[in-house]
Amino acid sequence: MFLAADLISIFVKSIFVDNMIFAYFLGMCSYLAVSKNVKTAIGLGAAVVFVLGITVPINWLLLNTVLKEGSLAWISPSFAEVDLTFLAFIMFIATIASMTQLVEMVIEKVSPALYGSLGIFLPLIAVNCSILGGSLFMQERDYTLSEATVFGLGSGVGWLIAIVAIAAIRMKIRYSDVPKPLRGLGITFIITGLMGIAFMSFLGINL
Amino acid sequence: MSAVETKVQEAKPLLSKKDRALLVDPLSDNNPITIQVLGICSALAVTTQLKPTMVMAISVMAVVVLSNFVVSLIRNLIPSRIRIIVQLTIISILVILVDQLLQAYVYDVSKQLSVFVGLIITNCIVMGRLEAFAMANKPGPSILDAIGNSAGYAWIILAVAFARELFGSGKLFGFQVIPDAFYEMGYVNNGLMLIPAGALFVIAIIIWIQRSINQKFEEA
Repeated sequence: MFLAADLISIFVKSIFVDNMIFAYFLGMCSYLAVSKNVKTAIGLGAAVVFVLGITVPINWLLLNTVLKEGSLAWISPSFAEVDLTFLAFIMFIATIASMTQLVEMVIEKVSPALYGSLGIFLPLIAVNCSILGGSLFMQERDYTLSEATVFGLGSGVGWLIAIVAIAAIRMKIRYSDVPKPLRGLGITFIITGLMGIAFMSFLGINL
Repeated sequence: MSAVETKVQEAKPLLSKKDRALLVDPLSDNNPITIQVLGICSALAVTTQLKPTMVMAISVMAVVVLSNFVVSLIRNLIPSRIRIIVQLTIISILVILVDQLLQAYVYDVSKQLSVFVGLIITNCIVMGRLEAFAMANKPGPSILDAIGNSAGYAWIILAVAFARELFGSGKLFGFQVIPDAFYEMGYVNNGLMLIPAGALFVIAIIIWIQRSINQKFEEA
């Protein structure tokens, strides 16, 4: 019971308080590029939730069974002192790149309809900072496996909410009289900043 | 910014017109952050103070220049189907080196930057320059292109950090520059600059200024 409460707390925190976009600016590139209409934003957001949800636990397993000091002891006791954590970056990014490739292939085979709407975004995701960021935060914060999974899903959902919200606002703002030099990129930054301030009101919440 | 400009001017006679364009264009007309919209991800989170920003800018510069050079050297050997993986591998090796160096020599800054050193791997500027330039050009021009683009990135994030540290905490590089007399007269630091949203506002203002001066960048 205590564990479940803990997990829910991490989930909610990673959506609202530690939102990938508003608190850490992760995944800004695709956030700015693909937020011109709501439908594609939902597609990309769903793909991010999906990929974060699988890569964070996989990278956790990798980190704790292969990379961390002493974690290779299961092969032979003489490996107990091997510390490979400096290889974390390259292992994480390799996992992410191959997982996105794999997911793309599986979706293409299993559900062509989903592939039609999601497929074009999957290659983009390999270089989305929020995916690698998720794994790196997982390493820094020393989560357990279940916490890491929940954290991955939560961050993904937070990112989805952020990109869908900004896409909706950008569709509305087309009809507003924004100063010319600010149109497009400039006003998007300002709106993101204001949304970030709004999300800061979740800061004090303890679950 | 001025340091970068003088460097470029000194180098003028050495470079042909085309090479100079590679170096100078990314500083304003084709700036990676304000025009190409690349590399925003890690650019903004580290800019509350000048010192970590400086370290970040130098790290990014090293990674962009070296990876552009290496990829450009082996560009004809990379099969195009797997080029993303090859590029990511090269970039992550360089980033691991940078991270180890930072941990060895400037440990406190490296702790402050935390995950953002690792995130240089997915910094869109690096991948963007590799894809757009290094894959199709000789090593020489690739290095110039990399220097130009990372300098364009560096001056923007340094400008943002300058504004944020000055108005947010009254300091530059950790030294107090706003005199105590000001505070006694009722001057207050602007807390907005220290929260993440502050960075977005500062960069929006930079974009606003740039596009008011140069109207061809305005979006419809």
